[in-house]
Order: sequence, then C-alpha cells, then structure tokens
Amino acid sequence: MEIQVTLNGKTVRAEVRPDELLLDFVRKQGCLSVKRGCETSNCGLCTVWLDGKPVLSCSVPAARADGRAVTTLEGVKEEAEAFGRYLAGEGAEQCGFCSPGLIMNVLAMERELSSPSAEEIREYLAGNLCRCTGYMGQMRAIEKYLNRKGGCACGENS
Amino acid sequence: MFRAREYVKVKSLEEAWSLNQKRSSVLVGGMMWLKMGNGQKGTVIDLSGLGLDEIEETEDAFVIGCMCTLRQLELHEGLNREFDGVFRECVRHIVGVQFRNGATVGGSVFGRYGFSDVLTCLMALDTEVELYRGGRIPLEQFADMPYDRDILVRIRVRKDGRRAGYASQRNTETDFPVIACALAKKGDQWKVSVGARPKRAQSVIICGDMSPEKLAEEAAGQFSYGSNLRGSEEYRRHLAQVYIRRLAKQLEKEA
Repeated sequence: MEIQVTLNGKTVRAEVRPDELLLDFVRKQGCLSVKRGCETSNCGLCTVWLDGKPVLSCSVPAARADGRAVTTLEGVKEEAEAFGRYLAGEGAEQCGFCSPGLIMNVLAMERELSSPSAEEIREYLAGNLCRCTGYMGQMRAIEKYLNRKGGCACGENS
Repeated sequence: MFRAREYVKVKSLEEAWSLNQKRSSVLVGGMMWLKMGNGQKGTVIDLSGLGLDEIEETEDAFVIGCMCTLRQLELHEGLNREFDGVFRECVRHIVGVQFRNGATVGGSVFGRYGFSDVLTCLMALDTEVELYRGGRIPLEQFADMPYDRDILVRIRVRKDGRRAGYASQRNTETDFPVIACALAKKGDQWKVSVGARPKRAQSVIICGDMSPEKLAEEAAGQFSYGSNLRGSEEYRRHLAQVYIRRLAKQLEKEA
C-alpha cells in the first residue's frame, strides 16, 4: 500500500508492507539516527515524534503514519546538536547508542512541560534506558540544558 | 513482529466487525503487546480513522473511546479531578511517555491481561464496556467472558461521587506490577479490585463501617493469588493487604 508522510518537513510517498513498522520505514528513508533496540517497547531507542508526540517507532505500523507528520533526530538537527553538547560536556554520551532516542524525548519534554522538577524529568524519561551512564550525567546535562533559558525548576544535581 | 497480508484502515465499525470475523484477522490498538507475536496474520484492522480517540465528559459519565491512549487517561483533567488522580497514578509507571502515547485503553481492556493496571483501576469504579455487537455490559462481566471476535468500542465510567485510590508495586521501575490494588468508596460501600495476582483483575464489594485494617484483611482474603518469577502467592497476598489498608487510610484522610 502507498502512504504519504511528512517526514522531517518533507512530503514522502512510499510503498509499505502491511506489517511494516515505522522504525523500518524511516530507516529506509535514510533516517539512520532511529535505532532498533529492545523491540519490546521498553528501551526508547527508536523514539520519533508522530504529529509532535514522542512514540516508539518499533510499535507503530508504518501505515498508521499515513497523512501524518513524522519527525526524527534529523529533523531537529540544530536543537539536537545543542543538547548533544551538554551531554558531551557531562560525559553522558558514552557509547552513544541511546542518545538519539533520549534527545528526541528530552526535546519533546521541553515542549510539553514548563519548568519541570527533577522528579518530573525522571518520570518523563523513564522509558529511555541507558546501560552506560547510570543516568546521573544525563540528568546533569538535562538540567543545565533546560536552565540555559531558565526552563527548569530542578536544582543542579537534585 | 507478526507478518500480515493486508492492512485496512476501516471506515466504519461494521466494516471492522465483518473483517474481524475471520480468525486470521487481527484488530490492533497500540500494538505494544500484539507485535511480540511471530505468526502470520491475514488482515490488520486499524480503527484509528473512526474518531474513537477522545474522552467525552457527559453529565453523568466519562465516555472513553477505545483508541484513547494511556497518556490521555493520565493527563485528562476531568477524569483525574473526579476520581482523585487515580488514572494518573494507575498509568504513570507504565514504561515511559512514548509507550503511553501509543498504548490504547481499548487494547489494554480488551486483552484482559493479568498484568493490566488499567483493568484493575477501572474495575474499582462503576465501569461499563460498550461492545459493537454485545452492547453495554459491566466491566466485571466482560473480564470473565472468553475472548470473542466482537469489538470494544467505548468504556463508560459513571460519575457517582465515589472516591478512589490506586497503588501498585514493581520489582523495578517500568516492569509489570507484582501486585496492583484499586479501592473506591461510596457511602459505606467499598469496592476493592486487585490485579497482577498474577491473574486478571477481580473485584469485591464490602459494606459497612470498619477500620482500614479490618477492611484490608477481609478484602485481601477474598482473592486468589498465584506465584511467578516476580513474586510468590504468599508475598502477593501480604502485599495486597498492605496496599488496601494504605489506600483505605488515604481515602479516610482525604475525606
């Protein structure tokens, strides 16, 4: 079947299989930032935005994206690079495999929550697993990133 | 992920029902659980074009479309105001925001999964399930029914003034619960539901004025429990009693 998707602001028409997942579709379109992780809807590596909301692309049929807007890390490159510098500054990128999914969810959180507390940040990002960092470096990076414009109610390292 | 021959975004419930009568068809909600299967399916039926993704508040009930996501339950002001934030508490430990933006209420309830937080929570309230062919039936009755090829269209939660609380315990954050308890109080009537026993949720009604300790002992004793890797039968029985008591105290304190 043919679908039409606005992928990172550009209209894309493509044939998809009935059982094709959004994860495979966006990777075929060259969005290789989107990673295949657990495939059990747990790790958050495959996070993309569907009409602006973060979803797990490993669990969304590609056909369901027909007529909708899909955003991957490639579509928010400048913001991702800006936050990525904070991650690197705190030594929180480590192997980097989970970073694209984490960054997509942090940027979604920034749009959805105003001045989130440390607890709210942890809760929002509970679905992004990282096996390297122990999360403390990531939390420091997120707090500093949100605080660059005074957008965080969390104290540093709280 | 299962394989499929056809994907149909249906234009009506009748079309969905007709397609779903074939055993090889599969009706997908958020597909979080279904996609773990590896078999061959015929037609994938998608209800997402039918406008069933809204929560409507009427004078006497909340009407929740089957394609509403768990995130909508979590953020809906009216639902959480009416029932003391019980929906937010019930879903906020379920994996992460991305998961809850995908998982649907219809999928969670129709599956009648033993681990379901949503089923446990809804069962403590006055909840009806609206089936396309089967009409409106109480949630408890639906939970006991065998699986069939009908379609769960909406869920109705009556605004009857009851107050509610929810608690669950997980071995690790975002895992399935070891036990899930919901408690609601209306007048001198308590409705207690316990899920993740690890069997599917069930409820009991207990009437009369009694202490939280007595209520917890009486209620927890009426359920059967089982053992699995997450916890033993004895542990679950103990946890159920503890959480029912805490919820009763919480509701008393907030009254």
